[in-house]
Amino acid sequence: MKNKYSVFSLIKNALSQHENWQQAWGNPEPKKEYEAIIVGGGGHGLATAYYLAKKHNLKNIAVLEKGWIGGGNTGRNTTIIRSNYLWDASAGLYDHALKLWENLSQELNYNVMFSQRGVMNLAHNLQDVRDLKRRTHANRLNGIDAVWLNTEEVKKFCPIINTSPDIRYPVLGGTLQRRAGTARHDAVAWGYARGASDMGVDIIQNCEVKGIKRNGDKVEGLETTKGFIKTNKIGVVAAGHSSVIANMAGLKLPLESKPLQALVSEPVKPIIDTVVMSNAVHAYVSQSDKGELVIGAGTDSYVSYTQRGSHNIVEETLKAILELYPIFSRMKMLRQWGGIVDICPDASPIISKTNIKGLYFNCGWGTGGFKATPGSGDLFAHTIANDEPHKLNAAFNLNRFVSGDLVDEHGAAAVAH
Amino acid sequence: MFLINCPFCGERDQSEFSSGGEAHIVRPKQPTELSDDEWAEYLFMRKNIKGIQFERWNHVHGCRKWFNVVRDTSNDKILSVYKMGEKPPVNYK
Repeated sequence: MKNKYSVFSLIKNALSQHENWQQAWGNPEPKKEYEAIIVGGGGHGLATAYYLAKKHNLKNIAVLEKGWIGGGNTGRNTTIIRSNYLWDASAGLYDHALKLWENLSQELNYNVMFSQRGVMNLAHNLQDVRDLKRRTHANRLNGIDAVWLNTEEVKKFCPIINTSPDIRYPVLGGTLQRRAGTARHDAVAWGYARGASDMGVDIIQNCEVKGIKRNGDKVEGLETTKGFIKTNKIGVVAAGHSSVIANMAGLKLPLESKPLQALVSEPVKPIIDTVVMSNAVHAYVSQSDKGELVIGAGTDSYVSYTQRGSHNIVEETLKAILELYPIFSRMKMLRQWGGIVDICPDASPIISKTNIKGLYFNCGWGTGGFKATPGSGDLFAHTIANDEPHKLNAAFNLNRFVSGDLVDEHGAAAVAH
Repeated sequence: MFLINCPFCGERDQSEFSSGGEAHIVRPKQPTELSDDEWAEYLFMRKNIKGIQFERWNHVHGCRKWFNVVRDTSNDKILSVYKMGEKPPVNYK
């Protein structure tokens, strides 16, 4: 790494009033031709470029981003990271990502503030209890840490939860994955951008893709707002806009793009040192290092690209939060926003080749893509470089919607992630 | 967040309605003859348009009737509402 961050570089730059830090990544104009182009400069796209350069030795590559890097869902999610999924394929995929998270700050020489504070999923009725216990067993068989907590243990682990039996959705127990946690979302995008840029990847911001040039069944390049760029390999990691890009190539995807909202409160002193999710009542809460409560809601029911979402979703989420945590009743919410999530019918992602040669899609992460960022980038890079999926993402192909071999994580892992 | 003009009840808040997704996906006439690709197309593949979309809504907390809506998904503006069975308006593409 050209400009390695360390305590010494910190001291050195402190002496010059921090005015001489070098730019963390370059700002080049696009070249005429690349070996591969990644469409979408979010965490997944930047990670893909990073691993393509690092593990597959593809250096002449570019990442095109229509806005600024990490400005989409990477900067809009509630930063929850976990791998306690039900099915073997999902467990393999998400735990691969979790293992990469555990060493990511060292790998990137960039503090992504990965904090394994645990993620607890609550059960509110008998079916929840059965499903979550089943998932705990499935996780353990796949080597993923998971424990079942009864109501008293839930209360002990997170004392501010209202475990009274006479609330509308009483807490009957929960599962806990201690290796799970949170990370700083912006840092992930910036760290991967810096690492990729360092290896010669061109990160081109404010460059929107307008068309895909095809010659028969293979791709030849991209029409962009900065002109035509030639390439034989295009990896699309455009989240909510995946269908829009697919349409340019004449493809249809099994996706629906919907707003998913989140909100943060005013900052307060440390009160909740873990992540608590409740899928039944659609409320997730953790506390950021700044002290804000970070609250996630469910998706809106309709297709929209507005990055807003409806007020009734926020209202329902906060109702659930207040019932579970009466202590928050006088907290003020500071900000609310929406991200556009691309949801697959089986709530599992697509990391796949397509029937067009040189066109690859990494999409369908729906409400839970952030947690998979390093794993997704690693596996998508493998798929692009070898024109074949890695065994960990083989099940997440586009053809599963034809073969019927779905990885149905709807409800099994969580309604939202 | 927006208002929807239910053709039976008038203008109501969107939270009273439930979205039924893309409209005019025709149920296969002879399901037994369908190939796997055709099933996938019917069951899973969606246009997921950014722009003008034809879609179905159900006034679930009102008259509970289904109807069609033309909405611009890039700004949530509703352009037209028409009943089930009616021909979609032709001035939108």
